[in-house]
Order: sequence, then structure tokens, then C-alpha cells
Amino acid sequence: MALLEVTNLARHFTRKRGFLASPSIVRAVDGVSFTIDEGEMFGLVGESGSGKTTTGRCILRLIEPTSGQVRFKGEDVLAFSRSRLRLARRDMQIVFQDPFSSLNPRMRVGSIVEEPLIIHRIGTKRERKARVAELFELVGLDPSQLERYPHQFSGGQRQRIGLARAVALNPSFIVADEPVSALDVSVQAQVINLLMDLQSRLRLTFLFIAHDLRLVRHICRRVAVMYLGKIVEMGETEAIFAAPAHPYTRALLSAIPVPDPAAPKHRVVLDPASFQRDAPLRAIGDGHVAAV
Amino acid sequence: MSFHVDAGETLCLVGESGSGKSLTALSIMRLVQPPGRIEQGRIVFKGRDLREVPERDMQKVRGAEIALIFQEPMTALNPVFTIGNQIEETLRVHGRATRRTARQKAIELLDAVSVPEPHLRVRDYPHQLSGGLRQRALIAMSLSCDPSLVIADEPTTALDVTIQAEILDLLRALQKKMGLALLLITHDLGVVAEMADRVAVMYAGRIVEDASVTDLFAAPRHPYTRGLLASIPGGAPGTRLQAIQGTVPPLGELPPGCSFTPRCPRRFEPCPKAHPGTTVLPPDRLRQGYGESAGALAAAEGGSHKRIPHPDSVHVHSVKCYLYSDAVEPDVREARTT
Repeated sequence: MALLEVTNLARHFTRKRGFLASPSIVRAVDGVSFTIDEGEMFGLVGESGSGKTTTGRCILRLIEPTSGQVRFKGEDVLAFSRSRLRLARRDMQIVFQDPFSSLNPRMRVGSIVEEPLIIHRIGTKRERKARVAELFELVGLDPSQLERYPHQFSGGQRQRIGLARAVALNPSFIVADEPVSALDVSVQAQVINLLMDLQSRLRLTFLFIAHDLRLVRHICRRVAVMYLGKIVEMGETEAIFAAPAHPYTRALLSAIPVPDPAAPKHRVVLDPASFQRDAPLRAIGDGHVAAV
Repeated sequence: MSFHVDAGETLCLVGESGSGKSLTALSIMRLVQPPGRIEQGRIVFKGRDLREVPERDMQKVRGAEIALIFQEPMTALNPVFTIGNQIEETLRVHGRATRRTARQKAIELLDAVSVPEPHLRVRDYPHQLSGGLRQRALIAMSLSCDPSLVIADEPTTALDVTIQAEILDLLRALQKKMGLALLLITHDLGVVAEMADRVAVMYAGRIVEDASVTDLFAAPRHPYTRGLLASIPGGAPGTRLQAIQGTVPPLGELPPGCSFTPRCPRRFEPCPKAHPGTTVLPPDRLRQGYGESAGALAAAEGGSHKRIPHPDSVHVHSVKCYLYSDAVEPDVREARTT
């Protein structure tokens, strides 16, 4: 069953160009549609500037979309009043890319994880403390470190704190915006394992935003590829890796460095003239669509 | 730590943030900021110890003989000068061009690194260029004085994969054309596999394993190298990744003995006591010598890429780990490695 339905989502930014010139419009997200099933980890890939982060934030209304529709558990998120939106945010959370700037350096980590519980007036002080300790254990941190400050933790540990904060309110949906790209290689695998554990233990649904295609292939059953604000291809991850249909997807897949010195290199260079930017998505296989 | 780069060779220095990769690059250039300093050791470039060279001569080495490409092209370029100005400055400082010829030479250099419309781009400021073009401009600048060694410190980390692929292709092509020695610093094992002739793996300020790229990927020996390779996503989708436990220790708080001990799945008695020495592994049987195949490859591709191996270095696979050390009884070793 679809937990989240995004239809024709768009976010345009206007940029002033001077006194007389008319402002230019940047179509950061330009008519994006997809659905995410309950319990699924859905991948959204694309290069910087393709609109993937803006898409994630529009779903949570951290950025207000220009147009389109977002339905979460059947309800229209964009029609929510402020108070209704606040209630909905218990159920939809976000984990940010940068574990250094996303935690307040002046708060103790225990308070950082407790804060959502306070904001949503959940439990007594004692119950909250117990919940925070439980969350620390859940993400593999030592509850005896609750009184420390973020700078006393490594990047991987900080990302665990960010995850503890995100799951504190028992959400059903989390936008994970490049959660491991700022981490050391040897630590990335730990955090990915934690994400997969949380997904199955808490029955979480994820929108996993990434540029690491190897990672997306490993953890996402379905994936959408974004290019210049539009989804150009979407479907089962394995089907797309086996037979990418859109020229951009082909270029992207061929650009991944393969960790095998003997692997043959066939670089596909993207020729922008080889496809039409406005081509509609059409079905080319079972659940596999591409803008070709 | 000790390592060498042969003429025309690509050595990849792999390690995580804080392992000392970038500091190694800066040390070679003698650009370490105080209070940091090079405590001891030698940096021999073309038979000359760079630590003995007076500062004035060192300035001739920097840029002209050894060039450095930084990770973040936006901060490495000066925002208030056009990229043409900056390339021309390098050329003039090193006496490779006069005020009149510099502009033409800058355009040629931009053309050589495949910047489209170089005669127009030469007048652009860094902020007018995309990340990939900025990195190309930086490469053009670093190559302007025909260096024989280029040190590239995470040159593609800030770029998208498609742009990364283009920059790597460009570096490879230029290396082949100019016979450059390339010291490539990276944390991405995919990049290593694509680019390296040889690999040096760093952990907490030390090189723990040094091998040809084929040996390293086919038969990694150090538990850290093995852990890194095993943690790459690639197995059956949805399965748990094989993570290395724990985190990289800060350089100020290194554990005693081998720095990897607390995270090592194969640690045993001698590990926390003292740093393991370097063990040179016996050459790999059966497999064809790597130097030959690389030579054959270069010939097949019609390149003039020629590797001149260091006399006492061919095919050496060395590792710093008690699992392979003669200081440990052979039967204990046997039991630990299997």
C-alpha cells in the first residue's frame, strides 16, 4: 500500500537579475511524481542541483512547493494547517547529510534527542529520560554519554544521534538526505547497517536521497533518477542497473568507479542532444518508466 | 612512513579523514604550517633531498617540478582574478612565458584540459565556472610548467560522479601524454581501482600496506585493508554490510602499539605492545607479473606511457602487521591468519 504519493510536485525559485531585467525562474523541481510503499526504502539519485534535496524537503514542507500534490497516508499534506502540519511531523522526520551542522553544538546530546519529545509534549520528565536512554541503545550509543556535547563524538556517532532524534517520536516515514556521504568509508557501512536494522525493527519507510549508486543498489528495491528537476527514469533498482533506458542513467551508471582493477571500462558520455528534456515518462517494462 | 613514486607511475594514497594523507602531500611540498613541522626523514625528488633545499630554490620546485591539485577548486582559486590571470601568473613567475605570450599559452593549456571555448573562458572568474570546469582550470594551472610529479589531493571528491569520471579520464590521458608521475590521494576504492598502478593504504599516520593495485584488490593482507574492501556495498541487495567496528582514533589519542588494534577483528597478544615492523611478502606465485601486463596494455593503447620502476621496488607487496611478522612464532601466525 502506498504510504506516500507525490504527484506533479514542483518548486520554482525566482532569481532577480537586476533592476530592469525580468527575474529568471529556476525550476529546481519540475513535475515530479512517485509513490513509496509502506516499509519500503525508496532511492532518489541524481547529481548536485538535480533537485533531489528540494524534493525531500517539499514533502515535509520544510520548503513550500510551488505546485503539486503530496498525499501521506491518504491525506493531503499541502492542505494541512500549521497545527495539523506540526502533528503530521511526528510521523515524518528527516536525517540530514551533515552530522556536524545538524546538531546544535551548545546542547548536550541527550537534550538534542529529547527535544522533539518536549516540543510535542510527550511523557513526564522521567519518562522522557528513559525514552532517550532507550533511543541511545537503539542506535548503538552508550547511554552514559548523554551529558556530552556533539563535538565529543565522531561523525558516525553524530549521525547515530541524528537518527535517534529522528525516530524519537516513532515516525513511520523518514527522509534520509545523503545520510552517509559525509562519513568515513569504514564508518559508512555501520550507519547503513543501522538504517536497515531500524527499517525492519520499527517498520520504517524511507526516502533515501543519495548520489552513491552502489549504495542505492544495495539497500533500495526501487529507485528514481533525477536530472535537472525531473525524474528521467524510475523502477526496480535491479532492472535499471541491468538495462538503463535513459541516456542520463546510462552515463551515470557508467561513471561509477568499479572497485576492481580488472573491470573493463566503458564510459558513456552524456550527450544532451540525445534526448528531449520534456519527454514524458513512459512504461518500458514492469514498473519501469523512462523519459525516452 | 616511507613510500616512493616512480616516473610515469600512479601511486594512490588511500586512507580516511585524519589518517594524514593531506599532510603527507603538504610535507612533500614543504608547505606544512607551524606549529606542524617535519620531524625527521628524507623527501628525495629526482635524487635531491627536498628538506635540504633552501626556501628560494624550493619555490622553483613548487609548481614547476611538483604541482599540487587541491580538493576544493573554489577555495584553491582566487575569486578576484580571472582564471586566465591566475594561469598566466604561474607561467610568468616560473619564467615560462612573457606578459605578451602568457595569454596565448593559457588558452592552449585550457584547451589541453578540454575546457570548451577556452578563448572565452580564460576571461571568466572562478565563480562563473561549474565545479568540473574549475577543477579543469586548476589542472591546467598545475600542468602549466611541465611538472614531472603531480600530487592530486582528493581532486574529485567535491564533484558529481559523471564529472568525476571526466576528470579522472583527463588526468589519465594527460599522464600518458606527458609521462607524469601522479600521487593521487583519495578515500574512494573505486577511484583507486581505476587509476592506480600501486596503492599505499594509510591508517592513523602510517602506511600499513603497500602493493600493486592488482595484488591489493586480489590479495589484501592487512586487516584494515580487508575491512575496507569488504565494506564496499556489492553483495546481495538488502544484506548487511561488513562494517569495520569502532572509529578512527584522533591522532592525539592513538592507542599503544598498532593503531588499528582496538578495531581489529584479528588482534592478538603482540598487537598492543609495539608497532609492527614492515614485512615484505613473498612475490605472488602464478599470477603474471603486473609490470609486463601494464606495459602490454600501454603498447596496445598506443600510448607512450612508460613506467620506470624504482630499482628495488618491483612488485613488492609489504604490510605492517604481526599476522605476517617474523617476530611472531610461525605456528601462532598460521593459526591467526587462517
